[in-house]
Amino acid sequence: MSSLILTPNLDRPDDVYADLLEAHEGLDKAQSDALNARLILVLANHIGDRQIIAEALQAAKQAGQPA
Amino acid sequence: MNKIFETPLYPYTRSPDQGCTPVARRRVVIVGAGPVGLAAAIDLAQQGIEAVVLDDNDKVSFGSRAICFAKRQLEILDRLGCGQQMVDKGVVWNLGKVFFGDRKVYEFNLLPEDGHQRPAFINLQQYYFETYLVQRAQQLQSQGAPIELRGQNKVLQVQDQGDHVALRIDTPEGPYDLQADWLIACDGAGSPIRAMMGLDFVGRVFEDNFLIADVIMDAEFPTERWFWFDPPFNKGQSALLHKQPDGVWRIDLQLGWDIDKEQEKQPERVIPRLKAMLGDDVNFQLEWVSIYTFQCRRMEKFRHNRVVFAGDSAHQVSPFGARGANSGLQDADNLVWKLKLVIDGKAPPALLDSYDSERVYGADENILNSSRSTDFITPKSQQSRIFRDAVLDLSEHFAFARPLVNSGRLSLPCTYDGSVLNSADALPQGPARTRPGAPCPDVALENGYLLPQLGNDFVLLCINTPAPEALQVNGIALRPLALSCDPETNTALAQRYLGDAPAAVYLLRPDQHVAARWPSYNETDICAALLRATAQG
Repeated sequence: MSSLILTPNLDRPDDVYADLLEAHEGLDKAQSDALNARLILVLANHIGDRQIIAEALQAAKQAGQPA
Repeated sequence: MNKIFETPLYPYTRSPDQGCTPVARRRVVIVGAGPVGLAAAIDLAQQGIEAVVLDDNDKVSFGSRAICFAKRQLEILDRLGCGQQMVDKGVVWNLGKVFFGDRKVYEFNLLPEDGHQRPAFINLQQYYFETYLVQRAQQLQSQGAPIELRGQNKVLQVQDQGDHVALRIDTPEGPYDLQADWLIACDGAGSPIRAMMGLDFVGRVFEDNFLIADVIMDAEFPTERWFWFDPPFNKGQSALLHKQPDGVWRIDLQLGWDIDKEQEKQPERVIPRLKAMLGDDVNFQLEWVSIYTFQCRRMEKFRHNRVVFAGDSAHQVSPFGARGANSGLQDADNLVWKLKLVIDGKAPPALLDSYDSERVYGADENILNSSRSTDFITPKSQQSRIFRDAVLDLSEHFAFARPLVNSGRLSLPCTYDGSVLNSADALPQGPARTRPGAPCPDVALENGYLLPQLGNDFVLLCINTPAPEALQVNGIALRPLALSCDPETNTALAQRYLGDAPAAVYLLRPDQHVAARWPSYNETDICAALLRATAQG
């Protein structure tokens, strides 16, 4: 069974980051929130594995806490 | 002319039990002549068990209330002798459309599977549903079956006396005492019996109000379930339109929490709302209007010695998913055969604890599904609304998001996985859908359907293997039913009952659920499974 990848996995990280910022350009807060929600759902479906998504949620939560 | 729900159907008449000494004792007393109480009474009476139904009213449901009845419930009604009438009167539907704002985002087809006698769903006003049950009860009574409906009999006191239940009942001629061997409380969400017994009822309250209206109109709307999220005519809220018999349409409009209920029920408030939805040129007439709120909750235990709770008195769900009346009918279906075996002395009272465990399991499944639907339909936080709207926006463009759209997960029968009555699955290569605990799916046979041949007794279904003579185990009859199945010609029977196995033997409960299954006939295993299925193993 595969598990969540938490080591560097993006071929060109700066490009991907720039793509994310660009997608939000010119959007107000509500539009950005909606875009993020749609993006999360699209990516969750692509992953397709509840366990991986649960691990991702956990990692995202954990990173919001003091180390 | 009086409407059907304004006409007394079982008016008060004096019973010989009133004022008699010693106090009369009845086998089973059922409180509440709603869908669940009537179904339980009919089932008991059909099997020769005395059933007395008490109701503080003498009419059927006021207004349409529960309108969506699922296939499994129609199959239960077939066993009770009134399924056909329901289907003949009901509106059969398969298509649903989902709208978000002013656009259609998604439609679904329930796509009924071949080989079932009954459709996936019918819409039928609860007052018709109850009328046909009352008529069936009266028909049984006229044929000498031990069933009786007592209108305007209101229970004032209830006391569990250990070996019986003592009741004090008010009538237009004053109160009387009655004893019952067993009491089934089917007296609805506000159950007075539950309150009199001081029993708990905890759960989640949803803070929202829905306007529910039955509208009579000649409209061009198709026979489909239409559901709107955030429609222009009800901004920020939801709406539902669904057809019922007699040109009556059910409309549900979410109103939000902070409203004046009495004011919102007034025609001068309701009619403009409906005109905004239906258009100014549609002529309609209001038949019934109500405002409801709901809770998702259940009792901790449904059985309290000789008092058993069934239907809304035991558990409540949100209306999204048609899981209220439908689950109550499954309660009655599950309870009656067990109660009969206990009354007949063929099974220990512990069998009734399996009613508790199985139907609590079913209630939890229904509460989970209907709570999730409610969270989707009425988002409780800004973030949940953002996700909800994201799903709806995506569903218009991409198939992947459509299964996430939740306008109600429609009632499906519960599979009692892990029930103490099940025996271990000895046919693992058989289909998962007929594993122990599952309700039997219907199949078209050469002459008729499978389900009408099952139920009421334990049945031993032998497919492609010889059936034994009728068996008796500790006085419990086991009725054999042999079928041969060529997987080439009856693919449905093969897919639903054989899977990859060449032959199969199923032990089926009186409520048409699978208790055990094997690749071949073995009397010792079958006797053990039957004892287990009756709490004796």
